[in-house]
Amino acid sequence: MTETLLKIEGLHKRFGGVVASDDINLDVRSGELHAIIGPNGAGKTTLIAQLSGEIAPDAGHIYFDGRDITGLATPACSALGLARSFQITSLFLDFTALANAAFAVQPNLGHSFHFWSDARNDPALVAPALAALSRVGLQNRAHAEVSSLSHGEQRQLELAMALANNPRLLLLDEPMAGLGPEESARMVAMLRELKREFPILLVEHDMEAVFALADRITVLVYGRVIASGDPVSIRANESVREAYLGEQDEEFVDG
Amino acid sequence: MKTWLTPRNFVVAALIAFLLLLPLYTSSTGNYFLLSLFTRIVILAMAATSLNLILGYGGMVSFGHAVYLGVGGYTIGILAYEGVYSGWLQWPLAIALSALVALIIGVLSLRTRGVYFIMITLAFAQMIYYVALALDRYGGDDGLTIHRRSQFGDWFNLNNKTLFYYVCVVFLLGTVYLVYRLVNSRFGRVVQGSRSNDRRMRAIGFATFRYKLVCFVIAGTLCGIAGALLANHTDFVSPSMMHWTRSGDLIVMVVLGGMGSIFGPLIGAFVFLALEELLSSITEYWQILLGPLLLLVVLYARGGIDGMLSRWRRD
Repeated sequence: MTETLLKIEGLHKRFGGVVASDDINLDVRSGELHAIIGPNGAGKTTLIAQLSGEIAPDAGHIYFDGRDITGLATPACSALGLARSFQITSLFLDFTALANAAFAVQPNLGHSFHFWSDARNDPALVAPALAALSRVGLQNRAHAEVSSLSHGEQRQLELAMALANNPRLLLLDEPMAGLGPEESARMVAMLRELKREFPILLVEHDMEAVFALADRITVLVYGRVIASGDPVSIRANESVREAYLGEQDEEFVDG
Repeated sequence: MKTWLTPRNFVVAALIAFLLLLPLYTSSTGNYFLLSLFTRIVILAMAATSLNLILGYGGMVSFGHAVYLGVGGYTIGILAYEGVYSGWLQWPLAIALSALVALIIGVLSLRTRGVYFIMITLAFAQMIYYVALALDRYGGDDGLTIHRRSQFGDWFNLNNKTLFYYVCVVFLLGTVYLVYRLVNSRFGRVVQGSRSNDRRMRAIGFATFRYKLVCFVIAGTLCGIAGALLANHTDFVSPSMMHWTRSGDLIVMVVLGGMGSIFGPLIGAFVFLALEELLSSITEYWQILLGPLLLLVVLYARGGIDGMLSRWRRD
């Protein structure tokens, strides 16, 4: 029942002397949440950027649903159903939350060379956009301008946009970044809902969240996978504790 | 609910009413200087409106937009010089050539952004400016006098100043309406989204380049039509109509009136050219007076005059 939706083979990427991705192999199966953890500078965001077509890898292959998508441009990756949320909130600040979500709905409806009818109240755009906002609990803020939303609300909107984008797999780059404990807990609950519906590749710093959500965890250090497995085995893994979690040991064990 | 009775809408309605009724006054008093001045204002307002489509809505700061005034104008001028007066030939060709030039400039310059985009559009405009300068057969530096305006048949004579003025007004209002439809269509949403956050736009699945390019070509074509009108208005074309300072004037009109607002460029062109006329009658160095005024608008009136009028109500 579990087919492999996303498969990464031997991914290499270097920037000058820095190896950001060093022979990375991993996959995401349907129905699972695969978390990627690692210290700062481990190459997590670079990995996401390669998966979403923003950066081309130097070597290796990325397969999505059996198709080789290595080096495919960003819009094409998105059109296949790889929806990405950004670590550093990347929204359309001078538009309303609803308009932001509607932007993400629009590419699902084919090309946008429609020059005449008003898109602002087009039900084909507005209805799915509102639905996506409701899913993340932002329906009451639909008409607020994004620059006036709180940081937490902007993080929710990030997620709503990925959902509105007709995803088949979610690439979430630190959705909890900058959230308070309460907001984080809400986000975890939301992701737990979502993972029933979408396979998710989650990059996250928040250990508590990762261990609460992940079916599998891959640990990245200096661009290299040092361990991969279910949460229990990762928790017990000696090299992970050494490489990554020295000072966080306690939280890690209890987490 | 939204009310339509805002200061901004009042000003716009008054401006349009004024433009529509002006010939009643000028033909009764015979003040054709005023009509000619406003014909020029209307034509340049159309050019500014076309620039606003890419500058205000698309975030593409083209510093060479006047080049299409030249391309449209020279098409009329050169054809007339060669004995082709039919507007049915001249105009489609002017439109096609402006579109083609915009396509070429757009394909090459839209790969860059920011300051590089500004510089490369300026460079293209300068190139075409110097080409016009080198056209010895067509007057070179001195320009080219057009002896007959575009001919559309006996029933539609552009030599009739009032008729020609109304033709320009119809083109201006048509352009404003077209831009209004465009920017709110799905196409326009992509262009606006790309101005706001191009990276995210690509991440959610839009190949933004082609949308921006089409937008750039539409704007250039509209400005080319304004150039064809301008050539018929002045019965003269010269390289100076596409000098980079003219491109700068168009940017000033857009910024002064309000970037990314439907009627902003119309207001901006009106105010800019009226000020030019007024101040230049006071002093030869009228730009010394215009400069500080502009500075004030840019510093204190974000969104230009249109933005100022829109905010007025809330205070």
